[in-house]
Amino acid sequence: MSLALETVALCKSFGALAATREVSLRVARGARHALIGPNGAGKTTLINLLTGVLRPDAGRVLLGGTDITELAPHTRARRGMTRTFQINQLFAGLTPLESVALAIFERHRFGRHWWRPLASHTAVMDEAAALLQRFGLANAAHTPVATLPYGRQRLLEIAVAIAGQPHVLLLDEPAAGVPEDERHEILSIVKGLPGDVAVLLIEHDMDLVFSFARRISVLVDGSLLVEGAPDEVAGDPRVRAAYLGEAPLG
Amino acid sequence: MAADWVRRIAVNHREWVFWIVAIALPLLFPGKLLLINEIAILALFALSLDLLLGYAGIISLGHAAFFGVGAYAAGLLAKHGLAEPLVGLLLSAAAAAVLGFLTSFLVLRGSDLTRLMVTMGIGLMLLELANRFDTITGGADGLQGVVMAPLLGLFAFDLAGRTACAYSMAILLVLFLLARRLVRSPFGLSLRAVKANRLRAVSVGVPADTRLVTIYTIAAAYAGAAGALLAQTTQFVSLDVLDFHRSADVLLVLVLGGSGYLYGGLIGAAIFKVMQDWLAAQTPQYWQFWIGLLLVVIVLAGRERVAVAIRRRWTALTRRFAGEPTP
Repeated sequence: MSLALETVALCKSFGALAATREVSLRVARGARHALIGPNGAGKTTLINLLTGVLRPDAGRVLLGGTDITELAPHTRARRGMTRTFQINQLFAGLTPLESVALAIFERHRFGRHWWRPLASHTAVMDEAAALLQRFGLANAAHTPVATLPYGRQRLLEIAVAIAGQPHVLLLDEPAAGVPEDERHEILSIVKGLPGDVAVLLIEHDMDLVFSFARRISVLVDGSLLVEGAPDEVAGDPRVRAAYLGEAPLG
Repeated sequence: MAADWVRRIAVNHREWVFWIVAIALPLLFPGKLLLINEIAILALFALSLDLLLGYAGIISLGHAAFFGVGAYAAGLLAKHGLAEPLVGLLLSAAAAAVLGFLTSFLVLRGSDLTRLMVTMGIGLMLLELANRFDTITGGADGLQGVVMAPLLGLFAFDLAGRTACAYSMAILLVLFLLARRLVRSPFGLSLRAVKANRLRAVSVGVPADTRLVTIYTIAAAYAGAAGALLAQTTQFVSLDVLDFHRSADVLLVLVLGGSGYLYGGLIGAAIFKVMQDWLAAQTPQYWQFWIGLLLVVIVLAGRERVAVAIRRRWTALTRRFAGEPTP
Protein backbone atom coordinates (compact mmCIF):
# COMPACT_ATOMS: atom_id res chain seq x y z
CA MET A 1 0.00 0.00 0.00
CA SER A 2 1.57 3.26 -1.02
CA LEU A 3 0.96 6.04 1.45
CA ALA A 4 -0.12 9.58 0.67
CA LEU A 5 0.30 10.79 4.22
CA GLU A 6 1.90 9.23 7.25
CA THR A 7 2.73 10.35 10.76
CA VAL A 8 5.30 8.57 12.89
CA ALA A 9 4.87 8.75 16.67
CA LEU A 10 3.70 12.37 16.58
CA CYS A 11 3.62 14.11 19.98
CA LYS A 12 2.47 17.57 21.03
CA SER A 13 1.85 18.97 24.49
CA PHE A 14 0.52 22.31 25.65
CA GLY A 15 2.00 22.64 29.12
CA ALA A 16 0.81 19.65 31.10
CA LEU A 17 -1.83 18.75 28.52
CA ALA A 18 -0.71 16.07 26.07
CA ALA A 19 -2.89 16.91 23.08
CA THR A 20 -1.26 14.42 20.74
CA ARG A 21 0.37 11.23 22.02
CA GLU A 22 2.47 9.00 19.79
CA VAL A 23 0.05 9.25 16.88
CA SER A 24 1.04 7.07 13.95
CA LEU A 25 -1.54 7.57 11.24
CA ARG A 26 -1.34 6.11 7.74
CA VAL A 27 -3.48 7.47 4.94
CA ALA A 28 -3.32 5.57 1.64
CA ARG A 29 -3.32 7.20 -1.80
CA GLY A 30 -6.85 7.98 -2.88
CA ALA A 31 -8.10 7.06 0.59
CA ARG A 32 -11.49 7.98 1.97
CA HIS A 33 -10.35 8.14 5.53
CA ALA A 34 -12.21 9.60 8.48
CA LEU A 35 -10.79 10.72 11.78
CA ILE A 36 -13.34 10.75 14.56
CA GLY A 37 -13.25 11.18 18.29
CA PRO A 38 -15.08 12.83 21.13
CA ASN A 39 -14.73 16.56 21.75
CA GLY A 40 -11.29 17.48 22.98
CA ALA A 41 -9.70 14.32 21.58
CA GLY A 42 -7.08 16.39 19.75
CA LYS A 43 -8.39 16.23 16.20
CA THR A 44 -7.78 19.88 15.35
CA THR A 45 -4.34 19.79 16.99
CA LEU A 46 -3.47 16.86 14.77
CA ILE A 47 -4.58 18.78 11.66
CA ASN A 48 -2.48 21.74 12.74
CA LEU A 49 0.51 19.43 13.15
CA LEU A 50 -0.05 17.94 9.71
CA THR A 51 -0.32 21.33 8.01
CA GLY A 52 2.57 22.91 9.89
CA VAL A 53 0.59 25.51 11.83
CA LEU A 54 2.00 23.77 14.92
CA ARG A 55 5.40 22.09 15.28
CA PRO A 56 5.39 18.67 16.93
CA ASP A 57 7.47 18.04 20.08
CA ALA A 58 8.49 14.69 18.63
CA GLY A 59 7.71 12.49 15.68
CA ARG A 60 7.60 13.01 11.94
CA VAL A 61 5.14 13.83 9.19
CA LEU A 62 5.63 12.26 5.77
CA LEU A 63 3.86 13.42 2.63
CA GLY A 64 4.11 10.92 -0.22
CA GLY A 65 7.07 9.36 1.58
CA THR A 66 8.99 12.64 1.97
CA ASP A 67 9.67 14.04 5.42
CA ILE A 68 7.90 17.40 5.68
CA THR A 69 8.13 17.83 9.47
CA GLU A 70 10.35 20.90 9.16
CA LEU A 71 8.61 22.53 6.22
CA ALA A 72 6.66 25.79 6.46
CA PRO A 73 2.87 25.63 6.00
CA HIS A 74 2.91 27.23 2.55
CA THR A 75 5.55 24.76 1.33
CA ARG A 76 3.39 21.85 2.46
CA ALA A 77 0.49 23.30 0.50
CA ARG A 78 2.74 23.57 -2.54
CA ARG A 79 3.79 19.95 -2.07
CA GLY A 80 0.16 18.95 -2.47
CA MET A 81 -1.55 19.01 0.92
CA THR A 82 -4.38 21.49 1.41
CA ARG A 83 -7.06 21.83 4.02
CA THR A 84 -10.37 23.35 4.90
CA PHE A 85 -11.16 24.91 8.24
CA GLN A 86 -13.76 24.08 10.85
CA ILE A 87 -14.54 27.80 11.10
CA ASN A 88 -14.58 29.46 7.67
CA GLN A 89 -11.27 31.02 6.75
CA LEU A 90 -12.08 32.96 3.62
CA PHE A 91 -10.79 36.18 2.08
CA ALA A 92 -13.22 38.91 3.06
CA GLY A 93 -12.10 41.44 0.44
CA LEU A 94 -11.97 38.98 -2.45
CA THR A 95 -14.67 37.51 -4.66
CA PRO A 96 -15.14 33.73 -4.89
CA LEU A 97 -13.59 33.81 -8.37
CA GLU A 98 -10.50 35.61 -7.05
CA SER A 99 -10.28 33.29 -4.04
CA VAL A 100 -10.21 30.19 -6.22
CA ALA A 101 -7.94 31.83 -8.82
CA LEU A 102 -5.46 32.68 -6.07
CA ALA A 103 -5.05 29.00 -5.22
CA ILE A 104 -4.63 28.09 -8.90
CA PHE A 105 -2.03 30.84 -9.41
CA GLU A 106 -0.03 29.55 -6.46
CA ARG A 107 -0.26 26.00 -7.77
CA HIS A 108 1.29 27.19 -11.03
CA ARG A 109 3.85 29.30 -9.09
CA PHE A 110 2.41 32.39 -10.82
CA GLY A 111 1.88 34.16 -7.53
CA ARG A 112 4.83 36.49 -7.90
CA HIS A 113 4.05 37.45 -11.49
CA TRP A 114 3.28 41.12 -11.32
CA TRP A 115 3.05 42.42 -14.87
CA ARG A 116 0.09 40.72 -16.52
CA PRO A 117 -3.35 41.47 -15.07
CA LEU A 118 -5.45 38.60 -13.71
CA ALA A 119 -7.79 38.64 -16.68
CA SER A 120 -5.03 38.01 -19.19
CA HIS A 121 -4.27 34.68 -17.50
CA THR A 122 -7.26 33.22 -19.31
CA ALA A 123 -6.41 29.55 -18.62
CA VAL A 124 -6.36 30.18 -14.88
CA MET A 125 -9.48 32.33 -14.84
CA ASP A 126 -11.37 29.77 -16.97
CA GLU A 127 -10.29 26.97 -14.65
CA ALA A 128 -11.44 29.02 -11.66
CA ALA A 129 -14.79 29.69 -13.30
CA ALA A 130 -15.22 26.00 -14.15
CA LEU A 131 -14.47 25.00 -10.56
CA LEU A 132 -17.05 27.47 -9.22
CA GLN A 133 -19.52 26.04 -11.73
CA ARG A 134 -18.89 22.53 -10.35
CA PHE A 135 -19.55 23.79 -6.83
CA GLY A 136 -22.73 25.58 -7.85
CA LEU A 137 -21.14 28.95 -7.13
CA ALA A 138 -21.00 30.24 -10.70
CA ASN A 139 -23.64 32.93 -10.24
CA ALA A 140 -21.94 34.15 -7.08
CA ALA A 141 -18.51 34.40 -8.75
CA HIS A 142 -18.31 38.17 -8.29
CA THR A 143 -20.26 38.48 -5.04
CA PRO A 144 -18.04 39.67 -2.18
CA VAL A 145 -17.27 36.62 -0.04
CA ALA A 146 -18.51 38.27 3.14
CA THR A 147 -22.04 38.62 1.76
CA LEU A 148 -22.41 34.98 0.68
CA PRO A 149 -24.89 32.86 2.67
CA TYR A 150 -23.21 30.55 5.16
CA GLY A 151 -23.87 27.37 3.15
CA ARG A 152 -22.24 28.93 0.05
CA GLN A 153 -19.25 30.02 2.13
CA ARG A 154 -18.89 26.44 3.33
CA LEU A 155 -18.78 25.24 -0.29
CA LEU A 156 -16.25 27.94 -1.22
CA GLU A 157 -14.13 26.83 1.72
CA ILE A 158 -13.80 23.43 0.02
CA ALA A 159 -13.46 24.88 -3.49
CA VAL A 160 -10.44 26.97 -2.46
CA ALA A 161 -8.75 23.87 -1.03
CA ILE A 162 -9.52 21.80 -4.14
CA ALA A 163 -8.22 24.51 -6.49
CA GLY A 164 -4.70 23.66 -5.38
CA GLN A 165 -5.19 20.16 -6.88
CA PRO A 166 -3.93 18.46 -3.73
CA HIS A 167 -2.80 14.85 -3.38
CA VAL A 168 -3.99 15.01 0.20
CA LEU A 169 -7.03 16.98 1.29
CA LEU A 170 -7.82 17.55 4.95
CA LEU A 171 -11.45 18.39 5.59
CA ASP A 172 -12.02 19.78 9.08
CA GLU A 173 -15.73 19.34 9.81
CA PRO A 174 -16.94 20.50 6.39
CA ALA A 175 -20.60 20.25 7.40
CA ALA A 176 -20.22 22.13 10.68
CA GLY A 177 -23.05 24.60 11.16
CA VAL A 178 -24.65 23.89 7.80
CA PRO A 179 -28.46 23.67 8.03
CA GLU A 180 -29.97 20.23 7.47
CA ASP A 181 -31.46 21.02 4.05
CA GLU A 182 -28.13 22.25 2.65
CA ARG A 183 -26.06 19.35 3.97
CA HIS A 184 -26.66 17.15 0.94
CA GLU A 185 -24.78 19.68 -1.20
CA ILE A 186 -21.67 19.41 0.97
CA LEU A 187 -22.12 15.64 1.06
CA SER A 188 -22.32 15.29 -2.71
CA ILE A 189 -19.32 17.59 -3.20
CA VAL A 190 -17.28 15.56 -0.72
CA LYS A 191 -18.37 12.29 -2.33
CA GLY A 192 -17.58 13.61 -5.78
CA LEU A 193 -13.97 14.55 -5.00
CA PRO A 194 -11.48 13.11 -7.50
CA GLY A 195 -10.63 9.48 -6.79
CA ASP A 196 -6.86 9.99 -6.78
CA VAL A 197 -7.02 12.53 -3.95
CA ALA A 198 -6.52 11.09 -0.48
CA VAL A 199 -9.16 12.66 1.72
CA LEU A 200 -8.85 12.79 5.49
CA LEU A 201 -12.18 13.82 6.95
CA ILE A 202 -12.50 15.10 10.50
CA GLU A 203 -16.16 15.08 11.37
CA HIS A 204 -18.72 14.84 14.15
CA ASP A 205 -21.59 14.07 11.83
CA MET A 206 -21.67 10.27 11.87
CA ASP A 207 -24.04 10.06 8.91
CA LEU A 208 -21.45 11.87 6.83
CA VAL A 209 -18.60 9.76 8.22
CA PHE A 210 -20.23 6.41 7.59
CA SER A 211 -21.58 7.31 4.18
CA PHE A 212 -18.18 8.54 3.04
CA ALA A 213 -15.32 6.76 4.78
CA ARG A 214 -13.85 3.44 3.76
CA ARG A 215 -11.49 3.57 6.71
CA ILE A 216 -11.91 5.18 10.12
CA SER A 217 -9.43 6.12 12.81
CA VAL A 218 -10.67 6.93 16.29
CA LEU A 219 -8.75 9.46 18.33
CA VAL A 220 -9.32 9.53 22.09
CA ASP A 221 -7.37 11.67 24.55
CA GLY A 222 -4.70 12.43 21.98
CA SER A 223 -3.92 8.86 20.97
CA LEU A 224 -5.25 6.57 18.27
CA LEU A 225 -7.59 4.08 19.86
CA VAL A 226 -8.84 2.02 16.93
CA GLU A 227 -8.38 1.98 13.20
CA GLY A 228 -10.30 -0.10 10.71
CA ALA A 229 -13.17 -0.45 8.28
CA PRO A 230 -16.38 1.35 9.27
CA ASP A 231 -18.23 -1.77 10.43
CA GLU A 232 -15.28 -2.91 12.56
CA VAL A 233 -15.03 0.49 14.20
CA ALA A 234 -18.78 0.75 14.75
CA GLY A 235 -18.79 -2.63 16.47
CA ASP A 236 -15.75 -2.01 18.64
CA PRO A 237 -16.65 -1.92 22.33
CA ARG A 238 -13.80 0.49 23.18
CA VAL A 239 -15.14 3.01 20.71
CA ARG A 240 -18.61 2.69 22.16
CA ALA A 241 -17.14 3.25 25.60
CA ALA A 242 -15.26 6.33 24.46
CA TYR A 243 -18.41 7.77 22.97
CA LEU A 244 -20.63 6.85 25.90
CA GLY A 245 -22.84 9.76 26.65
CA GLU A 246 -22.41 11.16 23.15
CA ALA A 247 -24.44 10.36 20.07
CA PRO A 248 -24.25 6.61 19.30
CA LEU A 249 -22.31 5.54 16.24
CA GLY A 250 -23.91 4.49 13.00
CA MET B 1 -16.59 35.49 -17.89
CA ALA B 2 -13.28 36.43 -19.46
CA ALA B 3 -14.95 39.43 -21.09
CA ASP B 4 -16.28 40.46 -17.72
CA TRP B 5 -12.76 40.49 -16.39
CA VAL B 6 -11.42 42.49 -19.29
CA ARG B 7 -14.03 45.11 -18.53
CA ARG B 8 -12.99 45.17 -14.90
CA ILE B 9 -9.34 45.87 -15.54
CA ALA B 10 -9.58 48.14 -18.57
CA VAL B 11 -8.94 51.82 -17.94
CA ASN B 12 -12.37 53.20 -17.21
CA HIS B 13 -13.53 56.67 -18.15
CA ARG B 14 -13.28 57.96 -14.59
CA GLU B 15 -9.57 57.26 -14.61
CA TRP B 16 -9.20 59.11 -17.91
CA VAL B 17 -11.04 62.09 -16.46
CA PHE B 18 -8.84 62.01 -13.35
CA TRP B 19 -5.59 62.14 -15.31
CA ILE B 20 -6.82 64.68 -17.85
CA VAL B 21 -7.77 66.97 -14.97
CA ALA B 22 -4.44 66.29 -13.25
CA ILE B 23 -2.45 67.14 -16.35
CA ALA B 24 -4.61 70.20 -17.04
CA LEU B 25 -4.03 71.63 -13.55
CA PRO B 26 -0.55 73.12 -14.19
CA LEU B 27 -1.89 74.73 -17.38
CA LEU B 28 -4.94 76.15 -15.60
CA PHE B 29 -3.01 77.42 -12.59
CA PRO B 30 0.40 78.51 -13.88
CA GLY B 31 0.93 80.50 -10.69
CA LYS B 32 0.60 77.39 -8.52
CA LEU B 33 3.26 75.19 -10.10
CA LEU B 34 5.27 74.86 -6.88
CA LEU B 35 2.14 73.79 -5.01
CA ILE B 36 1.26 71.27 -7.71
CA ASN B 37 4.79 69.92 -7.55
CA GLU B 38 4.39 69.44 -3.80
CA ILE B 39 1.04 67.72 -4.34
CA ALA B 40 2.56 65.32 -6.87
CA ILE B 41 5.39 64.44 -4.47
CA LEU B 42 3.05 63.93 -1.52
CA ALA B 43 0.75 61.90 -3.78
CA LEU B 44 3.63 59.59 -4.72
CA PHE B 45 4.56 59.24 -1.07
CA ALA B 46 0.96 58.39 -0.15
CA LEU B 47 0.74 55.96 -3.09
CA SER B 48 3.73 54.19 -1.61
CA LEU B 49 2.00 53.89 1.77
CA ASP B 50 -1.16 52.69 0.04
CA LEU B 51 0.77 49.76 -1.46
CA LEU B 52 1.62 48.75 2.10
CA LEU B 53 -1.53 49.62 4.00
CA GLY B 54 -4.20 49.29 1.35
CA TYR B 55 -2.94 46.14 -0.31
CA ALA B 56 -0.75 44.30 2.20
CA GLY B 57 -2.35 45.52 5.43
CA ILE B 58 0.92 46.78 6.88
CA ILE B 59 0.44 49.98 8.85
CA SER B 60 3.42 52.30 9.31
CA LEU B 61 4.16 55.41 11.32
CA GLY B 62 7.72 55.63 10.10
CA HIS B 63 7.35 55.81 6.36
CA ALA B 64 9.31 59.06 6.32
CA ALA B 65 12.43 56.93 6.89
CA PHE B 66 12.37 55.89 3.24
CA PHE B 67 11.30 59.32 2.02
CA GLY B 68 14.20 60.84 3.95
CA VAL B 69 16.78 58.34 2.76
CA GLY B 70 15.69 58.97 -0.82
CA ALA B 71 15.89 62.71 -0.29
CA TYR B 72 19.35 62.63 1.30
CA ALA B 73 20.64 60.16 -1.32
CA ALA B 74 19.45 62.42 -4.14
CA GLY B 75 20.83 65.54 -2.46
CA LEU B 76 24.21 63.95 -1.71
CA LEU B 77 24.54 62.49 -5.20
CA ALA B 78 23.87 65.90 -6.75
CA LYS B 79 26.15 67.65 -4.32
CA HIS B 80 29.00 65.26 -5.07
CA GLY B 81 28.85 65.47 -8.81
CA LEU B 82 26.03 63.20 -9.99
CA ALA B 83 23.65 65.98 -11.00
CA GLU B 84 21.70 64.03 -13.65
CA PRO B 85 18.14 63.94 -12.17
CA LEU B 86 16.88 60.63 -13.57
CA VAL B 87 19.98 58.63 -12.64
CA GLY B 88 19.93 60.28 -9.22
CA LEU B 89 16.26 59.39 -8.81
CA LEU B 90 16.89 55.74 -9.66
CA LEU B 91 19.85 55.44 -7.30
CA SER B 92 17.97 57.18 -4.49
CA ALA B 93 14.98 54.87 -4.90
CA ALA B 94 17.42 51.95 -4.84
CA ALA B 95 18.99 53.21 -1.61
CA ALA B 96 15.56 53.44 0.02
CA ALA B 97 14.73 49.97 -1.32
CA VAL B 98 17.82 48.52 0.37
CA LEU B 99 16.76 50.05 3.69
CA GLY B 100 13.22 48.81 3.07
CA PHE B 101 14.41 45.28 2.40
CA LEU B 102 16.58 45.22 5.53
CA THR B 103 13.86 46.59 7.83
CA SER B 104 11.02 44.59 6.27
CA PHE B 105 11.91 41.58 8.39
CA LEU B 106 10.99 43.58 11.50
CA VAL B 107 7.39 44.15 10.40
CA LEU B 108 6.58 40.65 9.10
CA ARG B 109 4.96 39.54 12.32
CA GLY B 110 3.05 41.24 15.05
CA SER B 111 -0.09 43.26 15.49
CA ASP B 112 -0.83 46.68 14.04
CA LEU B 113 0.36 48.23 17.29
CA THR B 114 3.73 46.45 17.12
CA ARG B 115 4.15 47.55 13.54
CA LEU B 116 3.27 51.15 14.39
CA MET B 117 5.87 51.17 17.15
CA VAL B 118 8.60 49.38 15.17
CA THR B 119 8.21 51.59 12.09
CA MET B 120 8.05 54.71 14.25
CA GLY B 121 11.19 53.61 16.07
CA ILE B 122 13.08 53.10 12.82
CA GLY B 123 11.97 56.55 11.67
CA LEU B 124 13.17 58.19 14.88
CA MET B 125 16.51 56.39 14.69
CA LEU B 126 17.15 57.59 11.16
CA LEU B 127 16.26 61.16 12.11
CA GLU B 128 18.81 61.09 14.93
CA LEU B 129 21.43 59.49 12.69
CA ALA B 130 20.99 62.28 10.13
CA ASN B 131 21.22 64.80 12.94
CA ARG B 132 24.35 63.18 14.42
CA PHE B 133 26.27 62.79 11.15
CA ASP B 134 25.97 66.47 10.30
CA THR B 135 29.28 66.48 8.45
CA ILE B 136 27.55 64.42 5.76
CA THR B 137 23.95 65.63 6.01
CA GLY B 138 24.47 69.21 7.09
CA GLY B 139 22.51 68.42 10.26
CA ALA B 140 20.08 71.09 11.40
CA ASP B 141 21.36 73.55 8.79
CA GLY B 142 20.26 71.25 6.00
CA LEU B 143 22.17 69.99 3.00
CA GLN B 144 23.44 72.96 1.05
CA GLY B 145 24.89 73.12 -2.42
CA VAL B 146 22.53 70.75 -4.21
CA VAL B 147 22.59 71.76 -7.86
CA MET B 148 20.75 69.70 -10.44
CA ALA B 149 21.68 69.35 -14.08
CA PRO B 150 18.92 70.07 -16.60
CA LEU B 151 16.35 67.28 -16.93
CA LEU B 152 17.27 65.04 -19.91
CA GLY B 153 20.00 67.60 -20.59
CA LEU B 154 17.33 69.97 -21.95
CA PHE B 155 15.11 71.43 -19.26
CA ALA B 156 16.79 73.43 -16.51
CA PHE B 157 15.03 73.61 -13.15
CA ASP B 158 13.50 77.11 -13.06
CA LEU B 159 12.30 79.22 -10.14
CA ALA B 160 8.67 79.16 -11.28
CA GLY B 161 8.73 75.36 -11.01
CA ARG B 162 7.81 74.54 -14.59
CA THR B 163 10.38 71.76 -14.99
CA ALA B 164 9.91 70.61 -11.41
CA CYS B 165 6.15 70.28 -11.82
CA ALA B 166 6.34 68.44 -15.14
CA TYR B 167 9.10 66.16 -13.83
CA SER B 168 7.26 65.21 -10.61
CA MET B 169 3.98 64.65 -12.39
CA ALA B 170 5.61 62.50 -15.07
CA ILE B 171 7.35 60.35 -12.44
CA LEU B 172 4.10 60.10 -10.47
CA LEU B 173 2.22 58.98 -13.56
CA VAL B 174 4.82 56.35 -14.53
CA LEU B 175 5.09 54.93 -11.02
CA PHE B 176 1.31 55.02 -10.64
CA LEU B 177 0.87 52.98 -13.81
CA LEU B 178 3.44 50.46 -12.58
CA ALA B 179 1.66 50.21 -9.21
CA ARG B 180 -1.63 49.80 -11.04
CA ARG B 181 -0.28 46.83 -12.97
CA LEU B 182 1.21 45.36 -9.84
CA VAL B 183 -1.97 45.42 -7.75
CA ARG B 184 -4.06 43.92 -10.54
CA SER B 185 -1.69 41.02 -11.15
CA PRO B 186 -1.54 37.61 -9.45
CA PHE B 187 1.08 39.16 -7.15
CA GLY B 188 -1.37 41.88 -6.12
CA LEU B 189 -4.08 39.27 -5.60
CA SER B 190 -1.81 37.31 -3.27
CA LEU B 191 -1.09 40.47 -1.27
CA ARG B 192 -4.79 41.16 -0.82
CA ALA B 193 -5.25 37.55 0.24
CA VAL B 194 -2.51 37.83 2.87
CA LYS B 195 -4.09 41.05 4.10
CA ALA B 196 -7.55 39.49 4.31
CA ASN B 197 -6.53 36.19 5.91
CA ARG B 198 -2.90 35.28 6.30
CA LEU B 199 -3.63 31.84 7.77
CA ARG B 200 -5.71 30.84 4.77
CA ALA B 201 -3.37 32.44 2.24
CA VAL B 202 -0.50 30.37 3.60
CA SER B 203 -2.59 27.22 3.50
CA VAL B 204 -3.17 27.59 -0.23
CA GLY B 205 0.58 27.97 -0.76
CA VAL B 206 1.16 31.74 -0.65
CA PRO B 207 4.63 32.42 0.83
CA ALA B 208 3.30 35.31 2.91
CA ASP B 209 6.64 36.44 4.32
CA THR B 210 8.31 36.63 0.91
CA ARG B 211 5.39 38.58 -0.52
CA LEU B 212 5.43 41.06 2.36
CA VAL B 213 9.20 41.58 2.09
CA THR B 214 8.78 42.23 -1.63
CA ILE B 215 6.00 44.80 -1.30
CA TYR B 216 7.72 46.50 1.63
CA THR B 217 10.85 46.88 -0.48
CA ILE B 218 8.88 48.20 -3.44
CA ALA B 219 6.97 50.66 -1.25
CA ALA B 220 10.25 51.86 0.24
CA ALA B 221 11.59 52.48 -3.26
CA TYR B 222 8.46 54.49 -4.10
CA ALA B 223 8.82 56.57 -0.94
CA GLY B 224 12.51 57.04 -1.75
CA ALA B 225 11.62 58.27 -5.21
CA ALA B 226 9.20 60.78 -3.67
CA GLY B 227 11.92 62.01 -1.32
CA ALA B 228 14.38 62.28 -4.19
CA LEU B 229 11.89 64.34 -6.19
CA LEU B 230 11.57 66.76 -3.29
CA ALA B 231 15.35 67.09 -2.92
CA GLN B 232 15.90 67.51 -6.64
CA THR B 233 13.09 69.97 -7.31
CA THR B 234 13.76 72.15 -4.25
CA GLN B 235 17.55 71.61 -4.46
CA PHE B 236 17.70 71.45 -0.69
CA VAL B 237 17.39 68.73 1.96
CA SER B 238 16.69 69.35 5.63
CA LEU B 239 16.13 67.08 8.63
CA ASP B 240 12.44 67.77 8.09
CA VAL B 241 12.35 65.00 5.43
CA LEU B 242 12.82 62.42 8.18
CA ASP B 243 10.60 64.08 10.76
CA PHE B 244 7.87 62.15 12.50
CA HIS B 245 5.19 64.59 11.34
CA ARG B 246 5.91 63.55 7.75
CA SER B 247 5.07 59.93 8.56
CA ALA B 248 1.93 61.02 10.39
CA ASP B 249 0.91 63.40 7.59
CA VAL B 250 1.15 60.77 4.89
CA LEU B 251 -1.01 58.39 6.93
CA LEU B 252 -3.50 61.23 7.37
CA VAL B 253 -3.44 61.93 3.64
CA LEU B 254 -4.18 58.27 2.90
CA VAL B 255 -7.03 58.17 5.40
CA LEU B 256 -8.47 61.37 3.88
CA GLY B 257 -8.43 59.91 0.38
CA GLY B 258 -9.10 56.29 1.30
CA SER B 259 -6.77 53.31 1.00
CA GLY B 260 -6.88 50.24 -1.19
CA TYR B 261 -7.78 51.72 -4.57
CA LEU B 262 -4.58 53.62 -5.46
CA TYR B 263 -6.29 56.96 -6.13
CA GLY B 264 -6.88 57.63 -2.44
CA GLY B 265 -3.35 58.84 -1.83
CA LEU B 266 -3.50 61.14 -4.85
CA ILE B 267 -6.85 62.64 -3.93
CA GLY B 268 -5.88 62.90 -0.27
CA ALA B 269 -2.64 64.68 -1.18
CA ALA B 270 -4.52 67.23 -3.25
CA ILE B 271 -7.07 67.88 -0.48
CA PHE B 272 -4.37 68.12 2.17
CA LYS B 273 -2.07 70.46 0.27
CA VAL B 274 -4.84 72.70 -1.07
CA MET B 275 -6.39 73.01 2.39
CA GLN B 276 -2.97 73.71 3.85
CA ASP B 277 -2.29 76.33 1.20
CA TRP B 278 -5.69 78.00 1.52
CA LEU B 279 -6.13 77.78 5.30
CA ALA B 280 -2.58 78.86 5.94
CA ALA B 281 -3.41 82.08 4.09
CA GLN B 282 -6.53 82.58 6.26
CA THR B 283 -5.24 81.47 9.64
CA PRO B 284 -1.50 80.95 9.35
CA GLN B 285 -1.11 79.58 12.85
CA TYR B 286 -4.17 77.40 13.22
CA TRP B 287 -4.65 75.74 9.85
CA GLN B 288 -4.05 72.30 11.30
CA PHE B 289 -7.19 72.75 13.43
CA TRP B 290 -9.29 72.47 10.27
CA ILE B 291 -7.34 69.51 8.91
CA GLY B 292 -7.85 67.85 12.29
CA LEU B 293 -11.58 68.56 12.23
CA LEU B 294 -11.90 67.18 8.71
CA LEU B 295 -10.02 64.03 9.75
CA VAL B 296 -12.29 63.44 12.75
CA VAL B 297 -15.42 63.93 10.64
CA ILE B 298 -14.19 61.60 7.90
CA VAL B 299 -13.10 58.85 10.26
CA LEU B 300 -16.17 59.00 12.51
CA ALA B 301 -18.82 59.55 9.87
CA GLY B 302 -17.19 57.34 7.27
CA ARG B 303 -16.03 58.50 3.86
CA GLU B 304 -19.03 57.05 2.03
CA ARG B 305 -21.51 58.84 4.23
CA VAL B 306 -19.71 62.16 3.81
CA ALA B 307 -19.66 61.67 0.05
CA VAL B 308 -23.33 60.71 -0.02
CA ALA B 309 -24.28 63.73 2.13
CA ILE B 310 -22.37 66.09 -0.16
CA ARG B 311 -23.97 64.52 -3.24
CA ARG B 312 -27.47 64.83 -1.74
CA ARG B 313 -26.88 68.47 -0.83
CA TRP B 314 -25.57 69.09 -4.33
CA THR B 315 -28.61 67.49 -5.98
CA ALA B 316 -30.95 69.51 -3.76
CA LEU B 317 -29.05 72.66 -4.64
CA THR B 318 -29.13 72.04 -8.38
CA ARG B 319 -32.85 71.16 -8.16
CA ARG B 320 -33.58 74.46 -6.43
CA PHE B 321 -31.70 76.35 -9.10
CA ALA B 322 -33.57 74.44 -11.76
CA GLY B 323 -36.81 75.53 -10.08
CA GLU B 324 -37.91 72.02 -9.20
CA PRO B 325 -39.59 71.29 -5.88
CA THR B 326 -37.31 69.59 -3.36
CA PRO B 327 -38.64 66.24 -2.24
